[in-house]
Amino acid sequence: MKKSLQDIFFPFVGLALVLAFWQLIAGRSLERVRADGTSEEIRAGWIKDLPTPIDTWVKTRKYVLEPFAKREELDQGILRFTWYSLVIVGKGYFIALLIGTPLGFLLGLSKTFARMFDPLIQVLRPVSPLAWMPLGVVLFTGAGKAANDLGALFTIAICSMWPTVLNTAVGVRAVPQDYLNVAKVLKLSRTQTLFRILVPATLPYMFTGYRLSLGIAWLVIVAVEMLTGRVGIGNFLWNEYNNGLYTSIILCIITIGLVGFLLDRGMSLLERRIQGAR
Amino acid sequence: MSFLELRDISKGYGPASARMPVLREINLSIEKGEFVAIVGYSGAGKTTLINLMAGLIRPDSGSITLNDLEVVSPGPDRGIVFQNYSLLPWLTVYENIALAVDPLFPNWSAARRRQHTEQHIHMVNLTPARDKRPAELSGGMRQRVSVARALAMDPQILLLDEPLGALDALTRANLQDEIGRICQSSGKTVVLITNDPDEAILLADRILPLSAGPGATLGPSIPVDIERPRDRRALSQDPRFQAIRTQIVDWLLGAGGRPTVTVSKRLTLPDLEPEDLTLPRTLFGLRREAKRRGAERRETVTL
Ligand SMILES: Nc1ncnc2c1ncn2[C@@H]1O[C@H](COP(=O)(O)OP(=O)(O)OP(=O)(O)O)[C@@H](O)[C@H]1O
Ligand SMILES: [Mg+2]
Repeated sequence: MKKSLQDIFFPFVGLALVLAFWQLIAGRSLERVRADGTSEEIRAGWIKDLPTPIDTWVKTRKYVLEPFAKREELDQGILRFTWYSLVIVGKGYFIALLIGTPLGFLLGLSKTFARMFDPLIQVLRPVSPLAWMPLGVVLFTGAGKAANDLGALFTIAICSMWPTVLNTAVGVRAVPQDYLNVAKVLKLSRTQTLFRILVPATLPYMFTGYRLSLGIAWLVIVAVEMLTGRVGIGNFLWNEYNNGLYTSIILCIITIGLVGFLLDRGMSLLERRIQGAR
Repeated sequence: MSFLELRDISKGYGPASARMPVLREINLSIEKGEFVAIVGYSGAGKTTLINLMAGLIRPDSGSITLNDLEVVSPGPDRGIVFQNYSLLPWLTVYENIALAVDPLFPNWSAARRRQHTEQHIHMVNLTPARDKRPAELSGGMRQRVSVARALAMDPQILLLDEPLGALDALTRANLQDEIGRICQSSGKTVVLITNDPDEAILLADRILPLSAGPGATLGPSIPVDIERPRDRRALSQDPRFQAIRTQIVDWLLGAGGRPTVTVSKRLTLPDLEPEDLTLPRTLFGLRREAKRRGAERRETVTL
C-alpha cells in the first residue's frame, strides 16, 4: 500500500519540479509605455518566446477540451489529429511486421541469406526517416495523388521494420537445438517444424521486436507529416510553428509523448502475456 | 543379427585437424526386449552414444543397424527421453504429448489419438497436471512427461539419456520404480544411460560400463541375474548386487576409467529469455549469443 502511494506521489513531484523550472525560464508578456504615451506589448524573461505552462493551457485548451472537434481542415481537436496519425502509423507498422517477420526468419534460418543481407541491413538501419521520405515519394510518383500517402507508408514501414527483423533473426538462432531434435525425432515436416516449433519458440523475441518497431513507427510520423503535408498531429505541429503559435507545439509534443507511452505500455503488456505463457 | 547393433563406432568433434575423439571402438548388440544400462562418467560421451543410436548424429566410422536397417536419421521408431527432457515450454502436458501422437498416427481418428494421449498421461500419473505447462511442473513431473511422450510414439526401442540425473535422491528412487514398472509392462527394448550403478542394477538385464573420455569405449557386458520384481531395500543386502556393483566400479576405476572419485555436473533446463535491442551489441549485430535462463542443477556423484 505504501509503495503504491509512493509510485503515484513521486512522479507528481517530478512533474511539479519540471513545471516550476519551465515557468522560471519561460517568457512573459509585459506592457511597456512609450515616451509618447502609447503602449506596446513586449516579451521578457530568459527565453522570451517560450510560453509559460499556464499560457500554454489557456491557449490550447480548445484543442484539448473538444478533442474530436473539426472546425476547419487545420483547426481540429488534438485527438482527432492524433487519430489521423495513428491510422497511417498503424498501416505502415502493419506492413513493417508483414515484411519484417518473414525476413527475420530467413535471416535466422539461412546462413547464406544472413551473409548476403546482414551488412546491407546494418547500413540501411540507421538511415533517418527524413532521408527515406523523399525517396518514398519518388518511388510512388506513378501513383499520382496517392504518392504522398504511399511514400508515407513506405517511410514508416522501412524505418520501423528493423527491430522486428533483427529480433526475429536473433530469436530464431536462439531456438535450442533440443527443440529441433524433438522435431527431428518426431519427423515433423518443414512447415510443421516452422509453425509448431520455430514460431512459438521465437515468439518472445518477435514481440520485443514488435514493441520496439511500434515505438519507431510512432517516432517517424512527425517527420513524415511535415514533409508530405498529410493532416495529422505532426502536420499540425509544423503548421503552428510556421504560424508562430508555440503553445500548440508544446501541446503536440506532450500528446505525441503520451500516445507513444501508451502504445509502448500496451505492447509491453502483450509481450509479458506472451512470455508469461511459458 | 541382433535387434540393435553397433559395430566399430567411433565419433569425435571438431575440425579434422584438431579432432577430439569422444567414442572409439564401440561394439554393442542388443536383443529385442532387452533392458540394457550403460554406466559411465560424466562427459564420457554418453549423450553422444545415445544420439548416435537415435540417428541425431552420424558416426565417423562404423555402422549402426536397427532391425537390419542402417540408422541414418532420427525417427519415431526410436523413442528418446532427452537428458534435459526437451519439453516445449509453450505447450501443456497434454499438448506436448499430442505433438508426438498427432503427426505419427495420421490415420487414427481424432478420438483415438486423444484417447492414446490421455492414456499415456495417465500411465505416468499426470492426469491432474494435464493442462499445466512445463514451467509449472516439478523436475520429476517434467521427466515423466518426457517418458510419456517417448512411449506414446510407440517406438520399437526406448532410449533414456540419464532420465533421472537432474533429480533429487527421493524423487529419483520413486521414479526408478516407476520406470521399471512401465518398461516391464510395455516389454520394450530399452537402453538406459546413467551415472548411477545402483540404478543400473535395479533396472537392467545387462550393464555395460563406459570408460572415461576422451576416446571412451565400452567395457565388458555384465549380466544382472537377479529375478524381478527387484526390491530396492532387499537388493542392497543381496550379495549378487554387491558383486555386480563391485565389478562395475572396479572396471570404471581401474582398466577403463581415470581415477576419479567425484564427478560434478551441471544441467540446464532450457528456457528462453527475450533479446532486448537496447543492450549493447557487436558491430554487425546478429552475432549475439542466445541467453539461457532457467533451472540449473549441479550434482555430485561418487562412483
Ligand atoms: N556438438 C558438440 N561439439 C563439440 N563437442 C561436443 C559436442 N557434443 C559433445 N561434445 C563433447 O563430447 C564429450 C562428450 O559429450 P557428451 O554430452 O556425450 O557427454 P555425456 O557423457 O553425455 O556427459 P553428461 O554426463 O554430462 O551428460 C564432451 O567432452 C563434450 O564436450
Ligand atoms: Mg549427457
